Amino acid sequence: MSPLLEVKNLRIELTTRDGVAPVIDDLSFTLNPGETMSFVGESGCGKSMTALALMGLLPEKVGRVAAGNIIFDGEDLSQASDERLRAIRGNEISMIFQEPMTSLNPVFTIGEQIAEVLRAHQGLSRKAAWAQSIELLNAVRIPNAKSRVSDYPFQMSGGQRQRAMIAMALACQPKILIADEPTTALDVTVQAQIFDLLTDLRKQTGAAIILITHDMGAVAEMAERMIVMYAGRKAELGPVDQIIEHPRHPYTKGLIECVPHIQSDPSLERHDLVEVPGIVPSLREFGKDQCLFASRCAYLTEACLASRPTEKLFANGQSADCWHAEGL
Amino acid sequence: MTRPVIHEEETPEAQHPFTEAWGMFRKNKSAVAALGLLALITFGAIFGPYLYPTDPFEMVWMPFSPPGQEGFLLGTDYLGRDLLAMIINGAKVSLMIGLSAAVMTVFIGVTVGALAGFYRGIVEEVLMRITEFFQVLPTLLFSMVLVALFGASLPMITFAIGIVSWTAVARITRSEFLRIRELEYVMASRASGASNLNLMFGVILPNALPPIIVQSALMVGSAILFEAGLSFLGLTDPNVVSWGQIIGSNRQYILDAGYTVTIPGVAIFVTVLAISLVGDGLNDALNPKLRQR
Amino acid sequence: MGILRTILLRVVYAILLLVAVLVLNFSLMHLAPGDVADTISQSMGGADQEILDEIRVSYGLDQPFIVQLGRYIANVAQFDLGYSFFYNQPVTKLILERLPATLLLVIAAQIAALFIGVVLGVISARKPNGLSNYVVTFLALFGYSAPVFWTGILLLITFSLNVHWFPVAGMRDVTIEGGFWVHFIDVARHLFLPAVTLGSIFLALYSRLSRASMMEVLGSDYVRTAKAKGLTSNQVVYKHALKNALSPVITLAGLQFSAVLSGAVLVEAVFSWPGLGTLAFQSIIARDTPTILGILFFSALVVIIGNLLTDLALRLVDPRVGGQK
Repeated sequence: MSPLLEVKNLRIELTTRDGVAPVIDDLSFTLNPGETMSFVGESGCGKSMTALALMGLLPEKVGRVAAGNIIFDGEDLSQASDERLRAIRGNEISMIFQEPMTSLNPVFTIGEQIAEVLRAHQGLSRKAAWAQSIELLNAVRIPNAKSRVSDYPFQMSGGQRQRAMIAMALACQPKILIADEPTTALDVTVQAQIFDLLTDLRKQTGAAIILITHDMGAVAEMAERMIVMYAGRKAELGPVDQIIEHPRHPYTKGLIECVPHIQSDPSLERHDLVEVPGIVPSLREFGKDQCLFASRCAYLTEACLASRPTEKLFANGQSADCWHAEGL
Repeated sequence: MTRPVIHEEETPEAQHPFTEAWGMFRKNKSAVAALGLLALITFGAIFGPYLYPTDPFEMVWMPFSPPGQEGFLLGTDYLGRDLLAMIINGAKVSLMIGLSAAVMTVFIGVTVGALAGFYRGIVEEVLMRITEFFQVLPTLLFSMVLVALFGASLPMITFAIGIVSWTAVARITRSEFLRIRELEYVMASRASGASNLNLMFGVILPNALPPIIVQSALMVGSAILFEAGLSFLGLTDPNVVSWGQIIGSNRQYILDAGYTVTIPGVAIFVTVLAISLVGDGLNDALNPKLRQR
Repeated sequence: MGILRTILLRVVYAILLLVAVLVLNFSLMHLAPGDVADTISQSMGGADQEILDEIRVSYGLDQPFIVQLGRYIANVAQFDLGYSFFYNQPVTKLILERLPATLLLVIAAQIAALFIGVVLGVISARKPNGLSNYVVTFLALFGYSAPVFWTGILLLITFSLNVHWFPVAGMRDVTIEGGFWVHFIDVARHLFLPAVTLGSIFLALYSRLSRASMMEVLGSDYVRTAKAKGLTSNQVVYKHALKNALSPVITLAGLQFSAVLSGAVLVEAVFSWPGLGTLAFQSIIARDTPTILGILFFSALVVIIGNLLTDLALRLVDPRVGGQK
């Protein structure tokens, strides 16, 4: 099976007051059709930047793809024209955002905002697009879709708005759906409903999903593979069950230990709830030739500060960028 | 599990607020230049009549003598009066009325806004209705009516400008009071038994001042424009010269002597421009939200 | 709450405001030195005390204040604002003759300032370092600082007296003959400079606010969503962003009606525009109190109607206004 998306040695630079910082530094991964892959890590580690780069939506004049390729269906998106990217956005690759309260335009009806995508990419007539919007609202389980379609966002709850966002993103049956922390802003019960919805829709549409989250529970439930990101670099990549079973990077280990219930064998003695001590380094530190996690790491040795760790591959498909990966 | 990213920043050394504000103000080059210009204009208005003692009402030469000729730097007007002397003497009236009308505006505006924002309820309701009422009357027309009915003396003109212009100050003061009265330190003073008067003017007002100061600076500029408008229409004390009045009285002769209108206009324009640039600078210096940019 | 009910409430409130204006008017008239009897006697060339008293009785001036006030309000309710002894005409008729000219000037200036201001604001928000930003900054400083009558005179000197592109004064050329379009173009030519002058103050306000508002909206999440949908950048800016950025501009424009009318007084004086401003100016010189107060009442009426229209415009642009928040 050839991958749907292949990201090779991606480097994204952000211009800040202190100079140019590589917010994504030499990132490579593949995504297969229909697969769910999760991006995990603390805020500011480059998850959302990766998503915006895939969409061709890096902040203008501030961020740019400095090196590497994003190959989608055989086409390099990092070289594609604006027009080509526009044809792909919302059509073949679409995205839902973290803040359902502010991500919908307050002055247009939900129906108009969904129908607009259909008109732009599929050339549907106004009438057909409107009818299709009602179908889509039904599909994301908004009750009474026929009348809710003319509602404005302010007339809906947060969960309903996120459902509407999902309907909008899935309108053109994209091959990839990027969900950037889709439930962070929602109540816990609503979070579960949204994840259920995403799981079901994935089965129905066969879309591949890139799920960006720091909710390890959601990762365990939804994704087949995961990438752990730290300070713009890949820390660990591999099948979710394998990584949870046996993390090969101290940072992953720390993240998993934060969430006691996802340990695969509940009969094991529980560790105390630990946090990963310390904080993510500031942008100024990014790009240094050393392990960026070193300052927070319990396994710190000379080697970690001497040079950037290289990727260690394991037989089970796991890989980790840590000098001590084998020993963990 | 997630922690906010904390960017280390050097904590600035604690400074006296005035020093800090002046530091911010100084960064705005055009505001500093404007402040200098304003000082110069004020100096001219106060000492000009002594340094250049020509009587602005006296016919000194032929009418419409162009600027720079016959020894008159700015020429003469339609009655042969020295335009430079008129501009110098007009400065005093324009600045004085601008300033005193602004003081009145701020006094009424702050009082109304503070009472409305502090007491809420029926007091706020009544005061805001009164504010709305004043916003419905076109300001210039209303003050024209006042001046026309009660006479064009300088105090009456000042009153007529002040009584119609305070609504903006009242709205700003009220919204600041509404915001600040809920803050912890106000609650704390309230709990420790401070009187309402003390709370209003001792605790809340000092913290509400920055936007009020900026608005007050701008009010001086608009009061000067306002006075110019009234005196352009001839609604001014005939015994004093003012910039607007020079324009108004010479306006029939613009074909022959455009400078009699252009020059006093430039005087008004430059003065108000300087005030508004200083206002911008004050805004930079006092508005904490902008400081971080 | 139904929209009808809202509108009804607004109308009732507007009427209360107008009554308040009338009370103020009448109190001013009462407080001011001299009364109608003095005015009449002056126009007759003086009269003795007996005649003065007679006039006072016949005009009800001997009645208590509150009775006179009630009568005044009742009269106004029947569109009777009194009689101008200076013009020898009922004040209402006098004002209604002049009102269209002022409305034409005010509306033309407002619309032009709004349209150009929003366009400039949008262009400069899209290109924060472009030339249009300097234009907006310059306009903002000029519009705030230049006395509007001076701007008018400078334009008049430049474009009417020096190059003769536009007529010097008035609203129409009485010597012109022809059909509707001939007169339309004639009025438009007369209108151009006054409207530009009056608009210059407000263009400054609107362009600066549209720029700020547009910049804020362009950085919002829903604009990012619109981009993520694959819309063209024109669709993103002119459909998704603009409709949101307009609300604060419309709100501001609504608050300016009273300022526009004030400016119109000065602009009309400069260009001899035959509107309410010129009438106000003339009647103040003539100390024609009923006319002056009638104008004050009518301009308050115009402002109130303007505010109501603004409210409706805001509802069209933003569905959240008037809905539950």
